[in-house]
Amino acid sequence: MMSQARIDIKGTNYGLVVHIGPGDWDGLLGELVSRLDQTPSFFKGGRVALQVGPRQMTKGQLKHVGDLLQAHQMSLWAVITESDVTREQAMSLGLESTLIPVHAARPGDKEDGIAVSEETDAILVRRTLRSGQSLHHPGHVVVVGDVNPGAEIVAGGDVVVWGRLRGIVHAGASGDDSAVVCALALAPMQLRISRHITRSPGSELDQKHSNGIAPEVAFVQDDQIVVEPWGTK
Amino acid sequence: MSATVITITSGKGGVGKTTATANLSAGLAMQGKQVVAIDADIGLRNLDVVMGLENRIVYDLVHAVEGACRLRQAMIKDKRLEGLYLIPAAQSRDKTAVSPEDMVTICDQLRPDFDFILIDSPAGIEQGFKNAVAPADQVLIITTPEVSAVRDADRIIGIVEANEKGPARLIVNRLRPDMVQRGDMLDTNDVIDVLAIDLLGVVPEDESIIVSTNQGVPAVMENNSRAGQAFRNISGRLLGQDIPLMDTQAPTSWLERVSQLMRRQ
Repeated sequence: MMSQARIDIKGTNYGLVVHIGPGDWDGLLGELVSRLDQTPSFFKGGRVALQVGPRQMTKGQLKHVGDLLQAHQMSLWAVITESDVTREQAMSLGLESTLIPVHAARPGDKEDGIAVSEETDAILVRRTLRSGQSLHHPGHVVVVGDVNPGAEIVAGGDVVVWGRLRGIVHAGASGDDSAVVCALALAPMQLRISRHITRSPGSELDQKHSNGIAPEVAFVQDDQIVVEPWGTK
Repeated sequence: MSATVITITSGKGGVGKTTATANLSAGLAMQGKQVVAIDADIGLRNLDVVMGLENRIVYDLVHAVEGACRLRQAMIKDKRLEGLYLIPAAQSRDKTAVSPEDMVTICDQLRPDFDFILIDSPAGIEQGFKNAVAPADQVLIITTPEVSAVRDADRIIGIVEANEKGPARLIVNRLRPDMVQRGDMLDTNDVIDVLAIDLLGVVPEDESIIVSTNQGVPAVMENNSRAGQAFRNISGRLLGQDIPLMDTQAPTSWLERVSQLMRRQ
């Protein structure tokens, strides 16, 4: 197929996977940069696995890609390749050569136990996030406190708020559709999971009398964000 | 004596920072304290007008900072209250004329001679705000029960906390009990619910504030002003007195009171 994109960026359970097709390396690199510049905030904080097929790459080239991603606030963690030379170079840079899922244990997965990959450790924030404060983390985010209107959380994984969530939240920001957002009181101005967006229905004054604590969880189902009360499944 | 430096700020403009500074300064002076109020809103000075001292300005804060006068010369003695002084802002300069370090130096020079130094912060989160907060021992956040004002207050509290000037305390200004009752205005609990800081006082909306501001006589000095009473209470709380929150219900006419009584029965 001649028309196949030479650069393909996909959000998967493994985080972002950037597929680089055959062709002139410098040209491909330029294309990658322009793709990243188009939607910088979407990729921010994500981890990236590079899929290069049989291409032979030098350590310098791999390092260059790593720096480039770093400049876009993403981290390169794995290189998937059919070339032994490239694999060796990648491993010498401390990169993985096989994909490890971002969420090793998901509800519905068959494995027992809880496996956590080191790249996506959760962070615990024990304070109120106020207007203008923003929190970016490639893994899961747990907040013990409120997330006020005007505050922003962007997480590669799940977002859990033990308090009122009234700001902007983006879970699965590196393209993970299986991410969830839960809060004791889920009333975000805007809620995003992966590439899906919903916004709050009413103004603050409308909501002020429905401030009761009713834990809810938001997730993606049939390409839409669904909100359900906690514990009714 | 070593003065407590209290900065009064809000983020949003027009919510009552200057009014609160004038009234609390006067309120503290009425309780026999030595108080100096500093207007940090350089270029848009106002505190002198509200305190009725505009026509006495010879030197201002920027003169003192630049050494054009001694600090004492820039201090205007209040015409009514013993122990109350004002350091006015310069009108012809801007916020960059003073640095946060300058403000700390000025306050340190004043500390030995006063009980309280109140700083009126400009709106915003830029240089002027940074100047005003730099020397603060305590920060008072003023907000009105409006979503936009609360949003800005939240932002300011975040910055104050990040600068380790907290914990800030809150004054809810211009509350209209009738609107709260109708569900058209956030009430004090809604505001505290979001901001999650200690409440120092609630000041009801009061026309007498506009009159007193125009006349240059702080409402706190007028016995029959409800807002003035609220500011007197807050001044007392700043001094550590245990004063319960006043009932912010609007005073009703005798006719309404009678009809309320009738309905109750």
